[in-house]
Amino acid sequence: MELILSLGIGILAGSGVWLLLRPRTYQVIIGLGLLSYAVNLFIFSVGRLVMNNPPVTQAGAQVDSATFADPVPQALILTAIVIGFATTALFLVILLAARGLTGTDHVDGKEPDR
Amino acid sequence: MRFSPEHLVIAPVLIPLIAGALQLFLDDRGRKLKATLSVLATVALLIISVWLLRFTYVNSHASAGKITVYLLGNWPPPFAINLVLDHLSAMMLTLTATLALPALIFSLGRWHKSGAHFHTLFLLLLMGLNGAFLTGDLFNLFVFFEIMLAASYGLVLHGSGLLRVKAGLHYIAINLVASFLFLIGVALIYGVTGTLNMADLALKIPQISASGYMLLESGAAVLSVAFLIKAGMWPLSFWLPATYAAAPAPSAAIFAIMSKVGIYVLLRLTLLFFGNNPDFPDGPGAQILLYGGLATIGFGTVGVLASQTLGRFAGFSVLVSSGTLLTSIGLVQTGVTAGALFYLVSSTLAISALFMLIELIERGQNMAASVLAVTMEAFGYQDEETENEEIVGVAIPRTIAVLGTCFAACAILLIGLPPLSGFIAKFVILSALFSPDTASQATDITAISWGFTALLILSGLATLIAMSRSGIHTFWAPSVDTMLPRVLLIEILPIAALLGVTLVLTIQAGPVMRFMEATATSLHAPHPYIEKVMNTPRATVLSQPEEQVE
Repeated sequence: MELILSLGIGILAGSGVWLLLRPRTYQVIIGLGLLSYAVNLFIFSVGRLVMNNPPVTQAGAQVDSATFADPVPQALILTAIVIGFATTALFLVILLAARGLTGTDHVDGKEPDR
Repeated sequence: MRFSPEHLVIAPVLIPLIAGALQLFLDDRGRKLKATLSVLATVALLIISVWLLRFTYVNSHASAGKITVYLLGNWPPPFAINLVLDHLSAMMLTLTATLALPALIFSLGRWHKSGAHFHTLFLLLLMGLNGAFLTGDLFNLFVFFEIMLAASYGLVLHGSGLLRVKAGLHYIAINLVASFLFLIGVALIYGVTGTLNMADLALKIPQISASGYMLLESGAAVLSVAFLIKAGMWPLSFWLPATYAAAPAPSAAIFAIMSKVGIYVLLRLTLLFFGNNPDFPDGPGAQILLYGGLATIGFGTVGVLASQTLGRFAGFSVLVSSGTLLTSIGLVQTGVTAGALFYLVSSTLAISALFMLIELIERGQNMAASVLAVTMEAFGYQDEETENEEIVGVAIPRTIAVLGTCFAACAILLIGLPPLSGFIAKFVILSALFSPDTASQATDITAISWGFTALLILSGLATLIAMSRSGIHTFWAPSVDTMLPRVLLIEILPIAALLGVTLVLTIQAGPVMRFMEATATSLHAPHPYIEKVMNTPRATVLSQPEEQVE
């Protein structure tokens, strides 16, 4: 499981960074999306990987921390997803505005001279 | 309910949030009401932050000052997300409000009409800034950072236009990546320590095993990159001048403090997390800040000389200011930190005033003409017609006289000439540099100190050259197609007010410096901060007996 998760994070982050460095705005936003998946998975992984363990404890019960999943990273991911979603949506609007104003989808607003 | 002053700690977050949210219900026909609401909210912010500053400083007898901890939801520390008000946060809150009120009043002249929801975005930006300065929790810092950034995206694009959209595109992409780096850093630190509370982290970090320490350090490094992008350290700063120059004037004026948020976080976290570590001042972290800061000053200086428009010039001045502050943090000396804090306040006020002033000056100018004028001078072209003209005394119009005076004051502040506060700030940094505190036993002055001194003075010289060049072009020898800028009173008054604040800083330099020294001391010895946060008792519920009676 560790191998699959780390490979997943690595591949997502790698492709995200590569797309981010491409000249077209559409590639940039897809790159940002992939990167945000990688980051969210990464946050998830710092809570240690455990299976079939609940993150919520019973009130008043004795808690053995080894049998519970860490709830904090999960809460962090939720927040990160919401914020990432909002900013990506905003960025999409800017992309459309830039496309409309400059007439090109190059990130610099003009086609490179060839 | 009994009123207790501690509750005011959360007011700098709540007031702009509520005022900003209320404005969403008003449409643009109610602009006057919106403006009134915003001004009222900002005035309230200013009053409360000044009160909090007095509350923190004047009533304190302990050397570290009074630290107020506000537990959100009344959860016990370290589980609660807490707001912490100490010297540094109170100072930053006051500075934010001091910048915000003039910028807001300036925008009422014309800017707030040039797009939707200016007031909401502006107030939410203030909320993000205040929250970032107050919070004592690493992830909560991320949330406030994002609020601030999201509002700033809107403010950069306010008024639209090709230039803003192009600059905004780069700005947003870079800051989204920075946010991801922030998250990775926070996650790594949480993974090693199991906590996100800053005070708790400071306690846990010395107990970490050697294998975990490497992971923690890489987390801290990734986290710092996010803040350094915000602060504009070379080579992470190429986006900054373009964005700040493209942003509308009132937005740029408040952005002057946004780059200082990165500085604030670096100052607070490095000293809190690694300040106890005796190896830290010579370790890689401090060295990167030191040399990165020096490189930033150098880059900013070259940029200041090379910039052809005043907007870009102001953007590069932000870099010079950031570089000076980063270098000062990297030196890890209490005296230098105190001077740096004074410099932070002074330079932020000056740059903010300059951004607003530039917009007024450029209003009358043909942009292409001003670029051409600088270029022509650089290549040694002379305007032949002017030489043949008879020299006739021309009365300087009153507007130009006022604008020129403000411009000269900004120049004096940024260059660091006496008599204004820019000089005092640089003087304090340099004098602390050459009289190291007795604790560190380093009596000889290092090459770094000399390098820093040289760069600091050279950057002042470059600013002097660049500002006198554009000052002469603008005020003494304007090109033919320059119109007299039409300036409203509510646009010039905010600038004058900001410059007036620096004048007060100059006159009251003694008490202000004592405050800065107390702040720097408490930053370099964070034990009271940690103890106060960890030992804050939960508030007791007073109203329960009454309910039982009913």
